[in-house]
Amino acid sequence: MVENTGISDIVKDENLVYQKTKVLTDKVMHYCPGCGHGTAHRLIAEVIEEMDIQAGTIGVTPVGCAVLMYNYLDIDMQEAAHGRAPAVATAIKRLMPDKYVFTYQGDGDLAAIGTAETIHACNRGENIAVFFINNGIYGMTGGQMAPTTLSGMKSSTSPYGRDVQMMGNPLKMTELVAQLPGTWYVTRQAVHTPASVRKAKKAIRQAFENQKLKKGLSLVEIVSNCNSGWKMSPVEANKWMVENMFPFYPPGDIKLEGKMVGKE
Amino acid sequence: MAKSKGSIIVDKERCKGCEICVLACPTGVISLAREVNSKGYHFAYMENPEACTGCTNCAVVCPDGVITVYRKKVNA
Amino acid sequence: MKELKLMKGNEAIAEAAIRAGADAYFGYPITPQSEILEYLMAEKPHERTGMVVLQAESEIAAINMVYGGAACGRKVITSSSSPGISLKQEGLSYIAGSELPCVVVNVVRGGPGLGTIQPAQSDYFQAVKGGGHGDYRLIVLAPQSVQEMADFVDLGFELAFKYRNPLMILTDGALGQMMEKVWLQEQKPRMKTFPEWATTGKTPDRERNIITSLDLDSAEQEKFNMKIQEKYRKMEAEEVRFETTDTEDAEYLLVAYGTSARICQKSVRLARDKGIKAGLLRPVTLFPFPKKILSELAGKVRGILTVEMSTGQMVEDVRLAVEGKVQVEHYGRMGGIIPSPEDIVDALGKNFLK
Repeated sequence: MVENTGISDIVKDENLVYQKTKVLTDKVMHYCPGCGHGTAHRLIAEVIEEMDIQAGTIGVTPVGCAVLMYNYLDIDMQEAAHGRAPAVATAIKRLMPDKYVFTYQGDGDLAAIGTAETIHACNRGENIAVFFINNGIYGMTGGQMAPTTLSGMKSSTSPYGRDVQMMGNPLKMTELVAQLPGTWYVTRQAVHTPASVRKAKKAIRQAFENQKLKKGLSLVEIVSNCNSGWKMSPVEANKWMVENMFPFYPPGDIKLEGKMVGKE
Repeated sequence: MAKSKGSIIVDKERCKGCEICVLACPTGVISLAREVNSKGYHFAYMENPEACTGCTNCAVVCPDGVITVYRKKVNA
Repeated sequence: MKELKLMKGNEAIAEAAIRAGADAYFGYPITPQSEILEYLMAEKPHERTGMVVLQAESEIAAINMVYGGAACGRKVITSSSSPGISLKQEGLSYIAGSELPCVVVNVVRGGPGLGTIQPAQSDYFQAVKGGGHGDYRLIVLAPQSVQEMADFVDLGFELAFKYRNPLMILTDGALGQMMEKVWLQEQKPRMKTFPEWATTGKTPDRERNIITSLDLDSAEQEKFNMKIQEKYRKMEAEEVRFETTDTEDAEYLLVAYGTSARICQKSVRLARDKGIKAGLLRPVTLFPFPKKILSELAGKVRGILTVEMSTGQMVEDVRLAVEGKVQVEHYGRMGGIIPSPEDIVDALGKNFLK
């Protein structure tokens, strides 16, 4: 027989097992309900708290939905021009090599307008972490086609679906940068289920830890939903992501300790 | 046998009712409330509190970090 | 120790940056200023002072590296030439909008487009009116010698930090490439403490620092714009720099900056040899522009001729300052052609002594 334990017996400080990290501010995030950005922000904040590196971390925010990330993380942050975060982070790291430096960028920021900055920061092997949120669409500006929009996928600028003959192919930036000698750790994750969130957090932690090694850049892609842009409920969007995004952007490690996974 | 009993506190003003925690809960504890918060969202709440084991899955997937989890070992 | 050397203008800028205690240079090669990056790479400032020097993948990346470094409260400098400076405008707007200090050198070449690699002064508008989007200004210093190329680096950092504002050294290919003797200042130590607004890591004793140019609240954005305008008015009140040559009894005034001003000094002598009482006003700060002295001199002379290696850009600011008190004309050459002192005296005659 189960003891008669009421909620008031359980909700006590000594029984606390999970609460919002203090590295997140109390400001309510502006993201749409169910958006993966919130989870990704929280994981970064949790890792910073667990590693006790709040004073040692400088973040660089992108242009796009996450432009206001600096309102939510209680660390020093810089807001970069669209796509330029890897260049901004390069300078921060070069000038303060003992700090932990990360960029947080969406697919438009990292894989379209900032392609050059991304590839060259990766190729130089800057000792920074790049967190790349890929939801296959421009969320902030209202659901336009992104470099990562899938073939046939509808957006406000591909209203009949992405026609690759006319609009070009979706770009796998993560696989691309994994080819470069300057990247040390390249992985693709997601944050739609408890298991995926726990794995993504390990990857984010790894990307921070790697900065101590000074062996190159760590890039963690997080395939995410954009339920507003995709015009679905959050739960439907996550299902659609698994069925449509994952076949083209499969989660998993691509490069570990400077070596391509599954290759000699 | 030792068993865990849990409970969650949802910051209902910050909850956006995305329902991801409802799916993530392995024991069907959480539902969205019929009433709404000041933003108009149907917030998450424990419809079936007795079933909560304090596994933290709901808090781990919550995009807005609005769920606090407590867990206590109890004797079966 | 102070040191006398024979150097190219571009090299003097590079050496002056090291000696000013700069923390970093980020740049991308472009003629006629590539010696700046070449000199720095050869000089190994990372060994001399710990200064970071990095060749970026583009001018866009370079200026955004400047943003990142400046936001850490560091002394950061970049350089380029006209087409490259156009690419930097996005970053400069963000730097101004985030109130960050930095020094940007523009060794101007003829435009528009790819133009020519020869010297010109056709980037005046871009330099003094902001250049990128939004209501902002750069502080603009215009050297006329290799000595000033060197001196203005240190002065540039001082003013940039004083006002938390980007500063441009507007020079040209002639000054960049010419060799002259230059007194170099002794090595300044790099900064050990940084401004309180810098993103150096949030310690428990302070709130987090955020460097951004974004404010979605219109009222707040307007307030910010008013605030930086106040800053520009303060510069206009306190930082105007200029030089005059033979203006006391001048009947005709030449107005020129940089290379043109140097040529005009000879023109003043040639004109006086011919019995024409000419004088010269050389703006050293192009923003803030020396309006007051121009207005004063306008009341005393019969005519003003601006001399620029362009179709006439500064002439518009001269006319604004003069407010119609006296006739203002322009003489210029373009495409990399440098006017001779005689050309300028002829132009003075054609315009005013018919």
